[in-house]
Amino acid sequence: MMNKATKNQINGMLFASPWIIGFLVFTLNPLIQAFYYSLTKYNPLKAPKFIGLKNYIYIFTEDVLFHKVLYNSLYMVFLGVTVSIVTTLLISLLLNDKRLKGTSIFRVMFFIPTLVPMVILCVLWMLIYNSGGGGGGFLNQILGIVGIQGPQWLGDPQWSKAALVIMRTWCAGNLIIIFLGGLRGIPKELYEAVSIDGGGFFHKTVYVTLPMLKPIIIYNVITSIIITMQNFSEAFIMTKGGPADSTYMYALYVYRNAFQYGNMGYASALSWIMLIITLVMTLIALYAGGWLNQE
Amino acid sequence: MKGQSVIETGKIKSKRMFFRRFDYLEMGIIYFILAILTVIFIVPYLWLLSSSLKDPTEIFKVPIAWIPAVLKWDNFYKATHVIPFFLYLGNTLTIIAWSEIGSLVSNTLVAYGFAKIKWKGRNFLFIILLMTMMMPFQVVMIPLYLFFNKLRWIGTFLPLIVPTFFGNPFFIFLLRQFFIGIPNELLDSARIDGASEFVIFSRIVLPLCKPALAMVAIFTFLFTWNDFIGPLVFLTNSKKYTLAIGIQQIMSVNDPRWNILMAAGVLMTLPVLIIFFLLQKYFIQGITFTGIKG
Repeated sequence: MMNKATKNQINGMLFASPWIIGFLVFTLNPLIQAFYYSLTKYNPLKAPKFIGLKNYIYIFTEDVLFHKVLYNSLYMVFLGVTVSIVTTLLISLLLNDKRLKGTSIFRVMFFIPTLVPMVILCVLWMLIYNSGGGGGGFLNQILGIVGIQGPQWLGDPQWSKAALVIMRTWCAGNLIIIFLGGLRGIPKELYEAVSIDGGGFFHKTVYVTLPMLKPIIIYNVITSIIITMQNFSEAFIMTKGGPADSTYMYALYVYRNAFQYGNMGYASALSWIMLIITLVMTLIALYAGGWLNQE
Repeated sequence: MKGQSVIETGKIKSKRMFFRRFDYLEMGIIYFILAILTVIFIVPYLWLLSSSLKDPTEIFKVPIAWIPAVLKWDNFYKATHVIPFFLYLGNTLTIIAWSEIGSLVSNTLVAYGFAKIKWKGRNFLFIILLMTMMMPFQVVMIPLYLFFNKLRWIGTFLPLIVPTFFGNPFFIFLLRQFFIGIPNELLDSARIDGASEFVIFSRIVLPLCKPALAMVAIFTFLFTWNDFIGPLVFLTNSKKYTLAIGIQQIMSVNDPRWNILMAAGVLMTLPVLIIFFLLQKYFIQGITFTGIKG
């Protein structure tokens, strides 16, 4: 007869075993392999040849494109994530007003763009930004009505990244749902306390809402950073990285090196750098959120 | 004393009246802002719908023609015949069906192991599981491709289906949160009656967590339906394409065929929207859940 602890140990591991096996086969093993490949020159037709840190040295010292794609992706992370978090947070604060009726309709409206498949999103926004035809694309025609001469958007290296930021913000409605969930959890008494002290909306937001919502904000920031670092579809479908490599994203660079140029080793080195950058950014966000010194 | 308090209430009353009026003004402004934002969020959709029914020449017409002069319903016919739309749809649904089975079976089992059984190493492994959520797909993409290539799985559905049978950190996390909410006394009394863990899991826990299972099923559908990079890397055979990567073929180099592309876009978005409106509750709950308890 087994004792209870042993039985639990066996049962627990048995239940978790699909993930444990999956983790070893589909995550840990590839992760280690990728690191090994990153130290080799590897064209899929030939066996990998060990070259030490040469890939990394080349990436940091000579690869001009690496700096470009890293800059582009970080630009999307810093500007894109900031814009989408601030926008969705503001919308959530508006929607959270208890006096409003029918907010669920607005919530649905803001959420729907999240559901559009990425491919469709990309081609739709290509058409919206398109500069083809006589009067410019859809967006510029609309802007024209208000008297604004719109830029060439995806055709202009100075505006192309901004165009992608706008598109990404448009489909960030899931952040609103998460924010609203968090806002609902804030105890009413805290707001009443501010009211009694004569504070208005501004005070409530600064002294109650934002501090109470901080963990959720950090959560949204981290997931957005992770997703943005991996952004691939828009560069692949909409712009092919252009114009003038202005939308050439890191993930696309990894993909092209691996599957179009056949530099598996080099691509692996790039992917490991990507992993470390993501890790560092996540840790910084966690630290800023005070999650690391909570223990 | 009495007089003073009357004056006080009077003051409060007028103050309240003032705020009431101020309230309506403020609410009006908020509604106005929300309405404008809603229009901004909805217009691209209307544009998608309207373009899907247009003649190609009409798409760039000035001023914008919201309602096409002639409704080109055959854009939809073309969208399903320029590319083997139904073949791709069938492929996508095949992958989805298998993924649903894999996802529902594996994630519930694993989540139960993490939520309701105490064992050594559980917390450590759970932290690892959370960390894998952060890992970019690009890091494992190359070794996985080479691995599946060795197994001769490239160009088949297997690389997209088989991993779903081994759990997904996001779903395990979601289900674990749900399972933790089930009172332990319930499980303990079953244990005393001699029920095995598997019986407890399948007879007690699962029936109590139907909403969570619905969420996992919905999100599995969405992820698979929308997935782009997975099929792109692993389905190198054009007969095996999913809709997400197949639809691009409508866009030829010289002629984007916007109207047909938009028709295909409507066709691909519609199922997702229908599912959303039917099962809205689960969507909102699922997204909120993972966010809040994080």
